[in-house]
Amino acid sequence: MDISRYMAVPLGLIMAPFLLGVINRTKAFFAGRDGSPLLQAYFDIWKLLKKDAVYSRTTTWIFRMAPVIGLAAVIIAMTLVPVAGSSLFTFRGDLIFFAYCFGLMRFFTVVAALDTGSSFEGMGASREVHFSTLAEPALLLGLIALSKLAGSFSLSGMFGGLSGSDWMGAGPAIALVAIAIFIVFLAENSRIPVDDPNTHLELTMIHEVMILDYSGPDLGIVLYAASLKLWVLGALIVNIFVCAAGLTGAVGLAVFAGGMFLLAVIVGIVESMMARLSLLKVPQFLIGAGSMAVLALILVLRFVK
Amino acid sequence: MTLLMDSILVLLIIAGFLLLSSSRLSNCIKIGAFQGLMVGFLPIVASGSGITYRIATIALVIAGMKGFVFPYLLSQTLRESNTIKEIKPYIGYTASIFFGVLSLVASFWLDSRLSFSVAASSRLVIPVAFSMMMTGLFMIVARKTAVNQVIGYLVMENGIYSFGLAIVRDVPLLVELGVLMDMFMAVFVMGIAIYRINREFDHIDSDQLNTLKG
Repeated sequence: MDISRYMAVPLGLIMAPFLLGVINRTKAFFAGRDGSPLLQAYFDIWKLLKKDAVYSRTTTWIFRMAPVIGLAAVIIAMTLVPVAGSSLFTFRGDLIFFAYCFGLMRFFTVVAALDTGSSFEGMGASREVHFSTLAEPALLLGLIALSKLAGSFSLSGMFGGLSGSDWMGAGPAIALVAIAIFIVFLAENSRIPVDDPNTHLELTMIHEVMILDYSGPDLGIVLYAASLKLWVLGALIVNIFVCAAGLTGAVGLAVFAGGMFLLAVIVGIVESMMARLSLLKVPQFLIGAGSMAVLALILVLRFVK
Repeated sequence: MTLLMDSILVLLIIAGFLLLSSSRLSNCIKIGAFQGLMVGFLPIVASGSGITYRIATIALVIAGMKGFVFPYLLSQTLRESNTIKEIKPYIGYTASIFFGVLSLVASFWLDSRLSFSVAASSRLVIPVAFSMMMTGLFMIVARKTAVNQVIGYLVMENGIYSFGLAIVRDVPLLVELGVLMDMFMAVFVMGIAIYRINREFDHIDSDQLNTLKG
């Protein structure tokens, strides 16, 4: 078939760490620094993959398995996300499967963090579960609103069904979904208003604390999986905007990649402008995202026939 | 015009959510001002191309009052009372957002049960108006600080105003200005009341008024 269907996953696998570089460069620009090289994430992952792993004696097989399962889950999720109108695999109801691929990844990250027996990591695990409980409904409700709008219960049908006329007819609803998914995107990828990816020794950190015991190739895999997760969830947001244009083939692929680049710049700008929310405010932030998704769903149910 | 109108109505709902979730009183005043401004511009957007000087005047006066005069009066009162945040509302902020979502669902349900002949171009007006009324009422009940209660009153008034706009569409100028005058007086009087509460109790929790009972 067309090129975008088969190139989507390789493009994501290759380009994902690049986004981290773009985000860091944007932040560096705002801080007036030169910043690390754009390809720094690739260097880090390559360096880590060459090293040896060290395992604590308290850990079991769960701890060693978790990074691999996480990577597998996120790659499977990636095959479902359409790029330029078509995804590698699609079936009815795959959006639920998509959401729970991330659920599986999170579950194993959390269990592995508990497996280390460190109370510090347990704290991070508890927070991760708490926040994702609030982020997941927002994501699912947003996706359901979109699927109702497009009249299809699969990711590729959903984004393929969006058109410019939908934006005219139900623009506010789609914009609300985009904002809600963007907030979930920031929360799930532990970006700044929720979590700070740069700090390692603060009591408010969530994701970084759970992977503290990983070293060598395992840490490399965790980093790579995290960058893929950034790519996949970001692809949802970019798709909301790009799919309405109805581009396919190589042009669609190029526009999509440009959209991802733009998204990374926006994330960098958000991180430069905002301070991290205090931990008590984070649930409010996520519930806000959820209520926007509910609002979008109501608008779609009530006014789109 | 529906897209623009829908966007404004959605912004009104989001402003309601923000009001329910923010504890800083100066932020509440700003969000309330934004909502008032948006409500003020509704008649212009609703009338579309058939805009007249009368509608434009009403819209500008209302937007000016709700967007600038009331917030100014409220922030004056706030400055004198030395209060920054609502510390302990009766109902917490997270629960308040839940209420906001529930009231939104309820108002859409209510709208589907009642069949109004809507004069405005967007069918969204009625449920949004209901939801603003409920949000305002909720703020009056669930918040302790007098400033927040006044904002709740204004939000409720916004709801009633947009409801009237949706149903009647053309209200005589005199009635409109009369209502606005009443509101102005209300905010003014409540400002004085807040000032008095503050002088009597050193804070603006209206809760403390209970101690005045003999």
